[in-house]
Amino acid sequence: MKPTGITPSQTVGPFFKYGLTPSGDYAWNDAFTNSTLTPDVTGDRVRIEGRVFDGDGVVVPDAMLEIWQADAQGRFADPQDKRALPNASFRGFARCGTDKDGNYSFDTIKPGVVPDPDGKPQAPHIVLAVFARGMLRHLYTRIYFSDEAGNAADPVLTLVPADRRATLIAVREAGKAVYRLDLRLQGDDETVFFDV
Amino acid sequence: MTFIYPVDSNKSHPLPLSPEYKSSIKRAPNKPLIPMRHTLSELTGPVYGHETVREGDSDLTTQHTGEPIGERIIVHGHVRDEDGRGVPDTLVEIWQANACGRYVHVRDQHPAPLDPNFTGAGRTESDASGYYRFVTIKPGAYPWGNHHNAWRPAHIHLSVFGYSFVTRLVTQMYFPNDPLFPFDPIFNSVPDEKARARMVSSFDLENTKPEWALCYRFDIVLRGKNATPMETK
Repeated sequence: MKPTGITPSQTVGPFFKYGLTPSGDYAWNDAFTNSTLTPDVTGDRVRIEGRVFDGDGVVVPDAMLEIWQADAQGRFADPQDKRALPNASFRGFARCGTDKDGNYSFDTIKPGVVPDPDGKPQAPHIVLAVFARGMLRHLYTRIYFSDEAGNAADPVLTLVPADRRATLIAVREAGKAVYRLDLRLQGDDETVFFDV
Repeated sequence: MTFIYPVDSNKSHPLPLSPEYKSSIKRAPNKPLIPMRHTLSELTGPVYGHETVREGDSDLTTQHTGEPIGERIIVHGHVRDEDGRGVPDTLVEIWQANACGRYVHVRDQHPAPLDPNFTGAGRTESDASGYYRFVTIKPGAYPWGNHHNAWRPAHIHLSVFGYSFVTRLVTQMYFPNDPLFPFDPIFNSVPDEKARARMVSSFDLENTKPEWALCYRFDIVLRGKNATPMETK
């Protein structure tokens, strides 16, 4: 029987933590962490960290972020990607809840170049989904890296008005493999979100 | 292959800003979302289940030494795409309040009893036909601070991955004929009445187990991917 439409989204609510994220407070949630790193992973290890803010600039302590990304060679751990992964246990997915000060962090590897539908190279990027109390549907955005020359020609980043692109670019801290990117759900410096 | 997952499907979703739901006012983006073509990054997605789901994770009534208090229920259904095909091997995660309407969560200060035998979290994997099944306790309604005398209708939160990152869905399953529906701004954030009805499970007498548990059916429908611009019909 063909359904008549999709199931609508609803807010993740404020109480998702014991069900979905490994906060350390509950015995249940050991399935996901904020790391994609596996023992056999190859590539540049990086940490991405930042905070989530609402329209008043107040931190959001009850947000959940999920990342999905290619490996260092631009391959996805997905059965639709027929190329064998060089790192058999790399999954490319991680999940993180914000803490009481709105902080999040991910430990991962810098992804490789992934083609767009025309075969043009996309600059290294991570797809990010943002969930939170008050958000009836999660939002899609991307994380780019400040030290990538390919950003200037990236087919998705160039869709974004120039004065808003900085909201998608994680800035590398001097001398460290750490990139910082704050997310703003609303306001003058609102993060760019995509309609996918 | 440009838009493999039709964007039209998203019309079923709530609008980001739904002023009756007060938490949405400062958290919904003010600026329009930027349309983009799907790339491999959006068309692929994590496949989870096999390694993450343990024996017993789908039965929330047997996770502790004693039996939880409340009305034992079976919740089952299919994960399908909007073209009616079952979506196999997808991880379904749930979390919910206990029978008294209290979450285990530290921030839930509703003065209702916590149940030492109920955590309220579960996970399972859909089978080859997209079928999934949980055994749990019917959650209670609970008050929240949104407005005077605000009570959430009883609900179970569900999280599902589909074939791709754009089919990711977090939703809430409600129970039939709940008198709180007309007063709940989260339920009513979905403007279309038919779409709203798709969040309500149906009572399933046929699969109710005599002397043991009532059963509810809840089919989860994700975006389908055959309605591409190349399709001719």
